[in-house]
Amino acid sequence: MHELGIVFYIIKDVKKAAEEHGVGHVSAVVMDIGEVSTVVPDYLQDCWRWAADKEELLSGCELRINVIPAVTLCEDCRQEYRTVLHGKTCPHCGSGKTCLLRGNEVEIREIEVPGNI
Amino acid sequence: MDEVKIIEIKKSVFADNDADAEALRADLKARGVYLLNLMSSPGSGKTTTLIQTLLRLEGRLRVAVMEADIDSDVDAVKIREATGVPSIQLHTGGMCHLDAEMTRQGLDNVALQDVDLVVLENVGNLVCPAEFDTGAVRNAMILSVPEGEDKPLKYPLMFSVCDLVLINKMDVLPYFDFDLEKCREYIRMRNPRAKVLPICARTGEGVDAFADWLVEEVYNWKHA
Repeated sequence: MHELGIVFYIIKDVKKAAEEHGVGHVSAVVMDIGEVSTVVPDYLQDCWRWAADKEELLSGCELRINVIPAVTLCEDCRQEYRTVLHGKTCPHCGSGKTCLLRGNEVEIREIEVPGNI
Repeated sequence: MDEVKIIEIKKSVFADNDADAEALRADLKARGVYLLNLMSSPGSGKTTTLIQTLLRLEGRLRVAVMEADIDSDVDAVKIREATGVPSIQLHTGGMCHLDAEMTRQGLDNVALQDVDLVVLENVGNLVCPAEFDTGAVRNAMILSVPEGEDKPLKYPLMFSVCDLVLINKMDVLPYFDFDLEKCREYIRMRNPRAKVLPICARTGEGVDAFADWLVEEVYNWKHA
């Protein structure tokens, strides 16, 4: 359950951003979560609801999650493939010399605030 | 419809913790204190390994231990009683891991001027502790024989962040289908730099080598 810990980090960052921009309420937080980041979106949503509603700034604030598909690059044949389908071994040439290009993100992309205030 | 304004943030959730961890490492370096983050599954023999290691470090290094658990203080009491080493218990309050800030708060309760090495026994868990840099100089983990040699495949991040993997409970190897060579290979796949050390906390096998590794690491940290 590291999702709860992650939610506390998100709240801290969003609070900081809200303060910098002089924002009194945040209506949505948009996250980029990589497919192989080990963060479970459902758990993150549950933890978010529980923790966000305790904050005046974030009560009722929606958490939107973009899942970023994981892509691995083979260093031998230089081809890319979907990480979740083939893991560490390249399906094109069988090499194990591969590295993850994306899919490990746990990032706050943006926040939405009511615009007419 | 209400208008909304979008504020772009584009920032990793781990960025603040990573910065805290770097700052903590720099502080520890300045004070000549080495922090080891020890991770594992529950029941892998972390506390027993630690007790056997601390007994072998007596007179060689001044050590303190921080035990992190969700609740209870059984480990800290056990370590103190068995070794006399100052040992404090950190409660994570339901969290499955420690971060750099919690580690720093724990260190505030350790007499750092009197120690060379602080061992942080992280929460027993192969997933979450690997995500959060604690500010430790090195990460070590214990994998025990009954858990199976496939764990590096199932918990890749844990093995990729560890500098040292202790394979514990070698005395029960004949009773389990645990392939040590395969295990080494899987660890190498995740992390070619990781050192692998088979040990048995119960019989003492390999524990001297772990103690020697710590002495050398601490020496290098203080003098490099």
